[in-house]
Amino acid sequence: MKSKTADRLATGVFIAIAIIIISILVGLFSYILVNGLKHISWEFLTTPSSNIRAGGGIRDQLFNSFYILLITMIIAVPLGIGGGIYMAEYAKPGKVTDIIRSCIEVLASLPSIVIGMFGLLMFVNITGWGYTILGGALALTVFNLPVIVRVSEDSIRSVPRDLKEASLALGITHWHTIKTVLLPSAFPSILTGIILAAGRVFGEAAALLFTAGLSTPRLDYGNWNPFSAQSPLNIFRPAETLAVHIWSVNTQGLIPDVEEVSNGSAAVLVISVLLFNLLARWIGRLIHKKITATK
Amino acid sequence: MTISTLTRQVFDINHLNLWYGDHHALKDINFPINKKEVTAIIGPSGCGKSTFIKTLNLMINMVPNVKMTGEINFNEQNILDEKMDLVELRRHVGMVFQKGNPFPQSIYDNVAYGPRVHGMKRKTHLDEVVIKALMDVALWEEVKDRLNAPALGLSGGQQQRLCIARALATKPEVLLMDEPTSALDPISTLKIEEMILELKEKYTIVIVTHNMQQASRVSDKTAFFLMGELIELDSTSNIFSMPKDSRTEGYITGRFG
Repeated sequence: MKSKTADRLATGVFIAIAIIIISILVGLFSYILVNGLKHISWEFLTTPSSNIRAGGGIRDQLFNSFYILLITMIIAVPLGIGGGIYMAEYAKPGKVTDIIRSCIEVLASLPSIVIGMFGLLMFVNITGWGYTILGGALALTVFNLPVIVRVSEDSIRSVPRDLKEASLALGITHWHTIKTVLLPSAFPSILTGIILAAGRVFGEAAALLFTAGLSTPRLDYGNWNPFSAQSPLNIFRPAETLAVHIWSVNTQGLIPDVEEVSNGSAAVLVISVLLFNLLARWIGRLIHKKITATK
Repeated sequence: MTISTLTRQVFDINHLNLWYGDHHALKDINFPINKKEVTAIIGPSGCGKSTFIKTLNLMINMVPNVKMTGEINFNEQNILDEKMDLVELRRHVGMVFQKGNPFPQSIYDNVAYGPRVHGMKRKTHLDEVVIKALMDVALWEEVKDRLNAPALGLSGGQQQRLCIARALATKPEVLLMDEPTSALDPISTLKIEEMILELKEKYTIVIVTHNMQQASRVSDKTAFFLMGELIELDSTSNIFSMPKDSRTEGYITGRFG
């Protein structure tokens, strides 16, 4: 084959692949949105779900999803970035570091249902908490930590060596160099990694089935005491998230409007992830601009 | 050694040997460096001149598998001693690299970075230090209206002068320059050379350069390195007019290197 023909063929193949990917994405999105958007209303978002009657909403599930996401990130982000800093800046090359790295990789590829079972054992039974938001958040931390560690390590490593040398040569300590030079430069890519991880957390169901549970107690949104059983802020209460709700109404729902509820929930889930992404990127850009003094 | 020579020396290097793994990169170097003089280090690529300058503030420690023997006395303290505080050493021995490497921050923040970390909090003090440092490198007039603009928006030559200002802001005694003009155009190079001549009133400067004309224009002493050995160290006028070693003569007359 002439090299020109081969070149044209390769171009064609890659364009075809791109078209396939885009059409799958567009198809999926439009399917979810077309089927779901018509069921979304203010009422749908603000009424609690119903177990038997039609017309239930997703108020508590939506809140739970965001709340579990928040708690997970409070635990996972500092740990993950800390791990990334260790791997990039402190770990000496050698056997031990290699073992740590393989552990992180294995952890990253564990199926989420396995993490759910592990969570059931660790955070539900051994601790004796039962199904709780905290248990769910810890399971999701196990699920997400490897990704954040990996992304942080890679982002810190990709900061130009010049900058690190410049800071050390000024008589600045290693830790201070990490804090004031390496982390701010690595910040945009770390943020991207965290957003990806957050999207995974938001849509995760399997790891939560056995840790945060399939039910939500009757919540009183006026009650802000985090130790009260009715408070939405209580982290020791069971909490069904949106993704888990979609799964549960489809497999064991007794309500007559299963399809409406699950389609509507799916659309809300997708839109939330999208909004969350955009918001996080926007805030990230603001912070980056502030640090680097660019307009 | 008499008292007067002792006080004139800021660095005194004795029998310094350095290995990268098995490669013997510096061989038995003996090298005194005088206060408030410009010492130029010349030699062909791979002769160990960059390695040598990086030992003076121990930036060489960032390279894995480096082993050193001998003494590097800085103000009569051997910096190869285990107890040496690297952070303290580098506050006194500043360094400027081949390529300008400003932090992705504003011009002001770049210069204020060192003093801030070393505990200077008052805005008026910081302003004073920043303005002084920028004036020392002849950059003040060019940037005084845009101190809050990003440093990466400056030209290559301005970035390099900013990096020199950043190093000066921590008030070092010695300034190490590792081929500071190799990536710059002739006009920026000229500006930096003029600046070096002004700075030597206040600082001790060690400069590694590929450019022999540069060495002859800016330095008081010149050292010639070849294959890890210090071949000759003398006043710049002697090195360029009557070198004692035939290898030095060969190099400066352009027969090799």
